[in-house]
Amino acid sequence: MLTIQNLHAGIEGKKILNGINLEIKAGEVHAIMGPNGSGKSTLASVLAGRKDYEVLEGSVEFLGKDLLELSPEHRAALGLFLAFQYPIEIPGLNTINFIKTAVNEIRKSRGESPLDAVTFLKRMKEKMALVNIEQTLLSRSLNEGFSGGEKKRNEVFQMAMLEPRLAILDETDSGLDIDAIRIVSNGVNKLRNKDNAVLVVTHYQRLLDYIVPDYVHVLYNGRIVKSGTKELAFELEERGYDFIKNENTVETV
Amino acid sequence: MNTIAYFKERFDQFQPGEDQGGLDKLRGQAFQTFSQMGIPGSKHEEWKYTRIAGLFNKEFQLPADPLTGIVSPDDLNRLRLPGHEATNELVFVNGFYSFSLSKIRSTNLQVLALEEAADGEFRGIVNQWLGDSSHYQKDGLNALNTAFVHGAVFIHAGKAEHIEHPLYIYHITDARSVNILSQPRSLMYLSEQAHAQVVENYATLGSNESFTNQIMEIIVEQEARLEYYKVQNDGSNTNQVSTTHIRQIGKSFIQAVTISLDGGLIRNNLNVILDAKNCEAHLYGLYFQTGHSHIDNHTIVDNVKPNCLSNELYKGILNHQSTGVFNGKIFVRQPAQKTNAYQSNKNILLSDTCSVNTKPQLEIFADDVKCTHGCTVGRLNEEGLFYLQSRGISEKTARNLLLSAYASDILDQIKLLSLRGWVEKLINERLEKELS
Ligand SMILES: Nc1ncnc2c1ncn2[C@@H]1O[C@H](COP(=O)(O)OP(=O)(O)O)[C@@H](O)[C@H]1O
Ligand SMILES: [Mg+2]
Repeated sequence: MLTIQNLHAGIEGKKILNGINLEIKAGEVHAIMGPNGSGKSTLASVLAGRKDYEVLEGSVEFLGKDLLELSPEHRAALGLFLAFQYPIEIPGLNTINFIKTAVNEIRKSRGESPLDAVTFLKRMKEKMALVNIEQTLLSRSLNEGFSGGEKKRNEVFQMAMLEPRLAILDETDSGLDIDAIRIVSNGVNKLRNKDNAVLVVTHYQRLLDYIVPDYVHVLYNGRIVKSGTKELAFELEERGYDFIKNENTVETV
Repeated sequence: MNTIAYFKERFDQFQPGEDQGGLDKLRGQAFQTFSQMGIPGSKHEEWKYTRIAGLFNKEFQLPADPLTGIVSPDDLNRLRLPGHEATNELVFVNGFYSFSLSKIRSTNLQVLALEEAADGEFRGIVNQWLGDSSHYQKDGLNALNTAFVHGAVFIHAGKAEHIEHPLYIYHITDARSVNILSQPRSLMYLSEQAHAQVVENYATLGSNESFTNQIMEIIVEQEARLEYYKVQNDGSNTNQVSTTHIRQIGKSFIQAVTISLDGGLIRNNLNVILDAKNCEAHLYGLYFQTGHSHIDNHTIVDNVKPNCLSNELYKGILNHQSTGVFNGKIFVRQPAQKTNAYQSNKNILLSDTCSVNTKPQLEIFADDVKCTHGCTVGRLNEEGLFYLQSRGISEKTARNLLLSAYASDILDQIKLLSLRGWVEKLINERLEKELS
């Protein structure tokens, strides 16, 4: 589904990703872990098509298409979704209208007609229940004055509404208490099926108790330095990131 | 070219030869002032960034006889705003109030010729307040309007009268055959506990140039409430200097919303004089300029008495080669202790060739006051754009959504729903057109 080969990228002349290789197949869940500043969010942003990041080398294929050639909206229409680490607030933009626009623009780009109001509402109610989000929150301006947890839940709600093929969750667990993590994970797990895939970016092993990954990768200095199964996450939890850093200092100096 | 000699000739022709409740004297003094000052040039401190003197190199006709039926009811029909059936319609043609085109539906609203008001029951009010704006607009244009106070109107809401239907004031300029200078003038008086909503709109017929030099003065008494809206969406062949002067002489509430969506050149003067304790005033503005248009909002909030609150927010969107000016003056006089005055001006520039000049100007002579001001000039939020695009929304739609969102807190202040719907429609059409 997603094939990243030797991806190098940076911003404003600063190099952040130093040759990422990653292959994600339909039905799989991958987790990327790594210390702060290792480039996790950068990778997520590059995949979603953020303009200010510059791809210097490498390729990304998504569902048979050259992902790097596509605009962010085109990527979303293809089925890529990014739950942001820091969702932005947009005063004056009604959350429901925004999501409705998104759903219908994606439908339009696939040659489908817009959802009628009743169907949209029905789907919305269903997904709201899934992530335990309230209508009053969605009637407000997009993320404006939302708590950290509410923003994250709104991200997962949007994911549920857009039904992506590949969802990238960038530290969706940070700032959430354990109940919220359970709700969010539950939402993600409901969407898992043999055609979809999930890439979970996280700091902590605890999320992976709920969203159980098939593979775990450790990102350090813009490179995947270790890959394994979920046991790797336990090892990281136990030993901290220092052992990764120590193992890799020689290479990176 | 319109020279002072031209205006002198017109002035002499206009003289009614009788004293109309003291108006004659006022006109004479104003013409004196105009002769001395002339049309303000760019050396005038308040006119540095808005050049109008050059406009008069062209020839504008200052119409003498307004009411010859040049604007037909059909013409008016095309200009009426949505919901007009439930409004009081006050129509000016080429600067002269037209009784035949106007329609007053609220029986508790009095609308009469200014001459009649000045000669009768309202003489005291007219004498005291007509020309009050000249203390703030000390320039030849203000005087020019006053020098030609003919066909002006006096609007009165009596004690505790709530005017049910909003007042829609249409300023129509008929430039189908020549360039026209029109100078509408009105004086409004809101008595104790009276409530009124006022909308001013401008339309030029024909493709010759128009210059509208308009003044509306409004006096607001104790416990009265005024909602005032100015909507400017005229063509690129139009110029206007539009002064709205509001004096609150009793503890009262006013809000003024100025929406400017087009027009070749616009200069708005909005004065709010907080001339009683515990007054509250809200000033909102939204401008969206394209092409070569120019918008200048000069606002004055004058805190004369203690304990008043004023809140001002102006937001702009500029595109193409358009230019903008915001000048926000806040005066806090020495007795005006415990003043709360807030001001903010925000601008989004959509092109590299547009520009805006924004300047807060605070003069504070009292010590126990709370005043804040701020201005920003920036681009459309790239992060917001990416967020929306990452949800599958096309760049164009994302821009539209962000700009509508940006404008929404001003539009939220339009309490007249039919007006708000219409303005939103204008803005959406504009966004569709500009950003495609
Ligand atoms: N917009 C930016 N401008 C400059 N440096 C950036 C920018 N975004 C990220 N970086 C830098 O890139 C590195 C990786 O950041 P990030 O991808 O956010 O890491 P992570 O998500 O793993 O914590 C950090 O050193 C960070 O400071
Ligand atoms: Mg991050």
